[in-house]
Amino acid sequence: MTDNYEVRDVIDRETLSTVKSVGDTYKYGFSTDIETEYAPLGLNEDIVKLISKKNNEPMWMLDWRLKAFNRWKKLKQPDWALLKIPEIDFQDQYYYARPANMKEKPKSLDEVDPKLLETYSKLGIPLTEQKKLAGVIEEKHEDKSENRKVAVDAVFDSVSVGTTFKEELKSAGVIFCSISEAIKEYPDLVKKYLGSVVPISDNFFACLNAAVFSDGSFVYIPKGVRCPMELSTYFRINAENTGQFERTLIIADDNSYVSYLEGCTAPQRDESQLHAAVVELVILDDAEIKYSTVQNWFPGDENGVGGIYNFVTKRADCRGRNSKVMWTQVETGSAITWKYPSCVLKGDNSSGEFYSIAITNNMQQADTGTKMIHLGKNTNSRIVSKGISAGKAQNTYRGLVQIGGRSQNSRNFTQCDSLLIGNKCGAHTVPYIEVNNSSARAEHEATTSKVDEDQLFYCMQRGIGEEDAVALIVNGFCKEVLQALPMEFAMEAQKLVAISLEGSVG
Amino acid sequence: MLNIDDLKVSLEEEEKQIIKGLSLSIKPGEVHAIMGPNGSGKSTLSSVLAGKDGYIVDSGTVNFEGSDLLEAEVEERAALGIFMAFQYPIEIPGVGNMNFLRTALNSQRKTRGQEELNAADFLKLVRGIAKDLEISDEMMKRPINVGASGGEKKRNEILQMCLLEPRFVILDETDSGLDVDAMKLVSKGVNNFSSSSRSFLVITHYQRLLNYIVPDFVHIMVDGRIVKTGDKTLALHVEETGYKDFLQLGKGKH
Ligand SMILES: Nc1ncnc2c1ncn2[C@@H]1O[C@H](COP(=O)(O)OP(=O)(O)OP(=O)(O)O)[C@@H](O)[C@H]1O
Ligand SMILES: [Mg+2]
Repeated sequence: MTDNYEVRDVIDRETLSTVKSVGDTYKYGFSTDIETEYAPLGLNEDIVKLISKKNNEPMWMLDWRLKAFNRWKKLKQPDWALLKIPEIDFQDQYYYARPANMKEKPKSLDEVDPKLLETYSKLGIPLTEQKKLAGVIEEKHEDKSENRKVAVDAVFDSVSVGTTFKEELKSAGVIFCSISEAIKEYPDLVKKYLGSVVPISDNFFACLNAAVFSDGSFVYIPKGVRCPMELSTYFRINAENTGQFERTLIIADDNSYVSYLEGCTAPQRDESQLHAAVVELVILDDAEIKYSTVQNWFPGDENGVGGIYNFVTKRADCRGRNSKVMWTQVETGSAITWKYPSCVLKGDNSSGEFYSIAITNNMQQADTGTKMIHLGKNTNSRIVSKGISAGKAQNTYRGLVQIGGRSQNSRNFTQCDSLLIGNKCGAHTVPYIEVNNSSARAEHEATTSKVDEDQLFYCMQRGIGEEDAVALIVNGFCKEVLQALPMEFAMEAQKLVAISLEGSVG
Repeated sequence: MLNIDDLKVSLEEEEKQIIKGLSLSIKPGEVHAIMGPNGSGKSTLSSVLAGKDGYIVDSGTVNFEGSDLLEAEVEERAALGIFMAFQYPIEIPGVGNMNFLRTALNSQRKTRGQEELNAADFLKLVRGIAKDLEISDEMMKRPINVGASGGEKKRNEILQMCLLEPRFVILDETDSGLDVDAMKLVSKGVNNFSSSSRSFLVITHYQRLLNYIVPDFVHIMVDGRIVKTGDKTLALHVEETGYKDFLQLGKGKH
């Protein structure tokens, strides 16, 4: 018998022992001592040109960036979120940093600086081509996941350091490479789709990204292809005072499928760091994309010093009939999170799902949620949001469900639960629901609760320590979302849930 | 094994004493039953022994195998071998039974410096116990106590007891809500589990249970005190005449 619950059970067990073994709260807080090459401080047209030049970009790309930069200068930073954002001096940032010995892009992983490889392996991400991303489950359940492979693209500060399993993917027709490479190698695809989901001037942070993005990942799944393995990108900010602006573009052509994972970490530093990413997903007829994120940027210390300011624009465009997208996010890191992965359901019968866990502890602030824009007929969307606040943290769910006049028979279901640990934190729910069609229906359920004393006592009477008990209960609270993650990430995510709540009780 | 000496306990939230000078001594292998009217403080006593928050010990001591029990944290008491079957077992949504049980067992083992049980051995162990208690696989996959009937929850408590192998067990009205067959099953579970080194404190309103789990002593608790102690025939007496003979005993001591 190898039912699901046994697998999960093992995961949970690992979670708790890992939590115990991790003394420090943020275990990714180390930095790599590696010679780094920076662009000059600040932002102006020359910097934009420099970034473009460093990436050996064609003229059309530079023009695109400059257009964005000129728009950005006229835009104002948005202030509608329930966030207290310290003033960001955009001239006091570096917009480009790369490991010095990456001037010549390595042709294969063998040429990558061992220090970089070591950094990733310390983060639990092997960049050597091997079967497993995270070895724990596989060892115990070989029958199930022997052939699970995950191709990894790793982005270190501003540049991609390497992508694994390229050849194997290529033979399936899948393109998976850094976006800087795609701009050179597949200009037609990039030109056709870049900015088609999140236009240049969509919002302040997306516009900034369009001007200065330095790298990111590119995926194209051709017609009729089911991507033979999970694809993933790991983002790592290492350099000090440097913003990371990556851009991801994924295109699922007719009748194709891909599952994509994204993970992020950053060293522990006193200075806050800016991260403004853009992710665009294009989904054509009968195609499906699953996009999962485990965001664990450095959250700052317990007094709110340091941490990543995370301003992210993610949007999926379900252009095709019967197209499907599923966003799953586990947001445990960052000092500030401003993020609303959205689904534009244009194609008839298209569907969008959003599963989210957002944990804020200490002084962290998160304003996150989704937008479901129903345009096609018979479109479906589902939102499951679990917000957990502890310490003095503030956690806001902000979601828009919009069903247009022509979007007949469309449905939305929203479940939005908040859990409070202690009494100094806050949880807020801000739903916007606009239904302009009498045949459409939107349902919204919301709950707010505290970690239940009786549940804690019950666990502890059975011998489970208080922190483990909280982790167990919170993982239970998040279960629906954890189950939406691919297995490797589910494990990682459960650990993170436990780790990020350390010190929240007692 | 367990010595309670003149224990007085109040609520933390309001100034109200619930346990008003209770003494009780339990030796290894003994089964003690406590009966008493609703609200007399039976569950409060269990909670205090298990270490639940919300109570203030005004005076008195509780000694468990030579150490001061009141000093220990809840989970430490559990690891020492104290188990309480809840009168109202708690539901924890999203947390699977198996996961919960394994976490609990291995936490206790860890606290005691024992090695953790691996997944395979654990499963074998749990399945064996579940089978004896006629708890289905389907039931084991559910989140703890969520959607379980009253009787199923009680059976779950006994399963946890058998798995965790405590040395001192409090059964707080474990018989309430059980049908006749389930009661026999649960009693069988308890009797199989009992040994010369294990002791039980059985709280019940019904003499019927004590036909199956035969007590060495029966205590009558009224208004926070034990007012009468006898053998199993005392339970029969209560069954016939109720508590009216004892109520006065409680008041008399004020
Ligand atoms: N946390 C609490 N807050 C308020 N009152 C309490 C609390 N705990 C116990 N009490 C009160 O203390 C008294 C004893 O309660 P307890 O649950 O111990 O009784 P019991 O003997 O177990 O009753 P029953 O036979 O109904 O289970 C009751 O009057 C109850 O209302
Ligand atoms: Mg009671």
